[in-house]
Amino acid sequence: MMSENWRKIPEIVRDVRSGAVSAVENVERALAVAECCKNYNIFVSITKERALQRATEIDQKVKAGVAVGELAGVPYVLKDNFLDFGAKTTASAKMLEGFVAPLQATAVKKLEAAGAICIGKSNLDAFAHGGSTENSFFGVTKNSKDTRRVAGGSSGGSAVAVALGVAPFALGTDTGGSIRQPAAFNGVIGVKPTFGSVSRFGVVAMASSTDTIGCFATNAFDARLVMNVMSGKDSWDSTTIDNDFMRHTSRKLRIGVILDFMTDDVDREVLTIVEKYVKKLDKKGYDVKTIKMSTLKYALPVYYVVVPAEVASNLARYDGIRYGHRARVAKTLPEIYGHSRDEGFMPENKRRVLIGNFVLSSGFFDAYYLKAQKVRTLIIEEYRKAFAKFDVLLCPTTPTPAFKIGEKTDDPVKMYLEDVMTVPPSLAGLPAVSVPAGRTKSGLDVGVQLIGARGSDAVILTLAEQMEDYGEQ
Amino acid sequence: MSLNNVNGRGSEASKETEKYLIYGYLPTIGIECHVQLATKTKLFSGADNDAREAEPNSKTSPIDFALPGMLPVLNKEAVRLAVRLGLALNAKINLRSRFDRKHYFYPDLPKGYQISQFYQPIIGAGWVDAGGLKVRVEHAHLEEDAGKLTHVGGASLVDLNRAGTPLLEIVSMPDMHSAADAKAYCLELQRLAIYAGASDANLYYGNMRFDVNISVAKQGAKKLGTRAEIKNLNSFRSVERAVEYEFERQVELLEKGEKVKQETRGWSEAKGKTLPQRSKEEAQDYRYMPEPDVPPVVLSRKFVDEIKANMPLLPEKHRACWAELGLSQSVVEAILDNLILAQKLTTVIQKLGLPEGREIAKIITNWFANILLSEENAAKDFHQLEVEALIELAEMTAEKQLNSNSAKDILLKLLDGKKRPKALAEEMNLLQVSDSGELEIIVDKVLGLPESAQAVSDIKAGQMKAIGFLVGQVMKESKGKANPSVASEIIRRKIND
Repeated sequence: MMSENWRKIPEIVRDVRSGAVSAVENVERALAVAECCKNYNIFVSITKERALQRATEIDQKVKAGVAVGELAGVPYVLKDNFLDFGAKTTASAKMLEGFVAPLQATAVKKLEAAGAICIGKSNLDAFAHGGSTENSFFGVTKNSKDTRRVAGGSSGGSAVAVALGVAPFALGTDTGGSIRQPAAFNGVIGVKPTFGSVSRFGVVAMASSTDTIGCFATNAFDARLVMNVMSGKDSWDSTTIDNDFMRHTSRKLRIGVILDFMTDDVDREVLTIVEKYVKKLDKKGYDVKTIKMSTLKYALPVYYVVVPAEVASNLARYDGIRYGHRARVAKTLPEIYGHSRDEGFMPENKRRVLIGNFVLSSGFFDAYYLKAQKVRTLIIEEYRKAFAKFDVLLCPTTPTPAFKIGEKTDDPVKMYLEDVMTVPPSLAGLPAVSVPAGRTKSGLDVGVQLIGARGSDAVILTLAEQMEDYGEQ
Repeated sequence: MSLNNVNGRGSEASKETEKYLIYGYLPTIGIECHVQLATKTKLFSGADNDAREAEPNSKTSPIDFALPGMLPVLNKEAVRLAVRLGLALNAKINLRSRFDRKHYFYPDLPKGYQISQFYQPIIGAGWVDAGGLKVRVEHAHLEEDAGKLTHVGGASLVDLNRAGTPLLEIVSMPDMHSAADAKAYCLELQRLAIYAGASDANLYYGNMRFDVNISVAKQGAKKLGTRAEIKNLNSFRSVERAVEYEFERQVELLEKGEKVKQETRGWSEAKGKTLPQRSKEEAQDYRYMPEPDVPPVVLSRKFVDEIKANMPLLPEKHRACWAELGLSQSVVEAILDNLILAQKLTTVIQKLGLPEGREIAKIITNWFANILLSEENAAKDFHQLEVEALIELAEMTAEKQLNSNSAKDILLKLLDGKKRPKALAEEMNLLQVSDSGELEIIVDKVLGLPESAQAVSDIKAGQMKAIGFLVGQVMKESKGKANPSVASEIIRRKIND
């Protein structure tokens, strides 16, 4: 499925403001493409009526000469773990089937205030647990280049939506790679900002200490525009910070290629494509060097101790008492808990709850959770040292291109290994983007990951933008 | 710790306890007290924190309800009140503290975890003077309260109004050795919480709840016995009774050669017994984890110093201020039991200055102890009572412009704070007649009455007792306004003339 590409967001907004292309026309186009792409299983629900109504309102404002925001009339796709007032929010889990959000996530509120229009809620691995969007209660989302392959995940639906031209941008969440990995698998840009840049209020929590809100776009400028609208301190999330995504940097960037992730463990073609990208950087005059980082190999095991602990904790509220799924067969309180959670969660959810509760339990806490947190501190420290020498660190986003559907579902560890390059920045709260670097011979997308120091999101996005321009030359 | 070193104070323990003490057993008691802080909103949400008599689930926010995507936002006021109470406990204030998640499943706990402070509490070690007994405080930490379950027939109803109410849990060292000690400690905590302005500390509304840990061992033993924890006691009386019962139960077990089990027990008010709830083996694993949604609480020296500087007067300070009045211990304690009156008395003394104001202050103290704190008035609201009005009224009384009954009537009218005593006295026509011209007319009238004849002749015969009857008649005639000593003087003069 191919559709004509959306133009850059500022151009779309200019046309909406001038009346050349109405917001309604944009929404109708997005809905039409979504309809054509049905077989990819991008959406959990389409919010057609609300989208058309919001578009009409914006067009009326334009006609009346009332000012409209910097994203006026731009349709977008929202991952289904964001609360969007009045819309179903399932997190792709049976546990939340039929749950209607009674309030608006801060990120959504800010986008809508700027005039962006949500046209639908996209599929994900249930509760964002997974790297393939195969763990959804609502079916598998397919890769934009090869429908036999996975979309990546957990924000698979949003990535494929942007790749297929449903909308110019889409929102995702990234806890250990859930934006960057599907972005790499589908040839779009995916931004995971510095932890705290965008409020997590109103987003179904996965792991509170590494959850971030980010976006997919077709180009770096659109991505920074969207991030800039969403970001900033929020009184509803105490971990938020202010972060300027539009800041430009003119100094000559020092780039460090992480050798630990350029080894034979990485797919041959991926390696070649990333090496080509590095050469291009060199040619363009960046100061490119290599770096070895000895603690990064511990990031994956650390991640799969810390994150399940927080997952187990954050999923404790889904108990079948106040909202969400309650098992019909349950009669006693332990049965309500047991059966409702058994029926409402996917196997991967249960696996993480079990691991999490294990590493937190008395007698094991010190050996697992505490030890993992200590190693996490070492990783943060090694990054800090690296960023004294470099502005940007670089490695592939994933060790392989998109794999086949079902290929790794029987082996969770194999699946977890897909995250080996994306989890280190997550543990350290660093900004990282995946940018398209090229395609394999069979046409699969490969992404390169650019990692920045805390708060230097604008730096890595500037680099991504400069490389896009270079690519076009 | 050794049990030899028991505080040398008279035991007010029950007879049964005394019996066991003779056997040589001694209870050792530590108490965890949950104090609800009197903030406007909850610890982590903007929902109203005052749920007294409110409809179930009417004082909740999506945060208290633990909807998906909701995040806790720490209430600064709760931190302020915790620091105030910490200062009242003579405790170290930890400038850096942190929250943790304590996990367990129960329908009154919406998130499936309670946000508490397990590793780094906000309040460090301190101590409390419980009526002469020094009880050390181990630490005190901030946490959120759970909701409430009501069991109706076969179903249970969940009310989350209380869920998220800020609590300061004060954990004592095992420094108490009798039911009386335990009660005295709990009473002192209540008083400190009220005086620090940290809590309403109303037990009826569950503002304070106690978990009591108790073990018994032979006096002088090197090791403490195995303890049982009695959970969720909500009155001073139940703390006292539960300690007495539990002490006897454990001594009986030991006397029979059995062992005390480490367990959690509940108190049945109706049965007057503690009953087993959970044994150590069944104890929950709370899987504590640092709370990633709430950043560490970092207080500045300045913040703490400002609270210290603006600290309301604690009971000790009031006691010191009243010392010169020479009040009895029972009067002091009675007034201290009422924060408002205690504050007013201290203000009175500060305004008048001692020793000049001693007489006036004593009149006011008497009114507090005998009138306002009497059974019929004690529950009234004394907030509006103005200190200036109290002083004015006491001065009028000292100058004999009013008799004691009139003063009492006016005092009760002052409670609404609307009028001054002089205006009230005039309005109610209660000012005493000391004007001799006016009184002479009344005396003449009384002496002329036929029923006065006997008394007049008795006085003339030297029986001065009879003068009382005539003064009474003058009072009656003046409708109580006559100054009795002036009246008596005039009667004497007129008869002897």
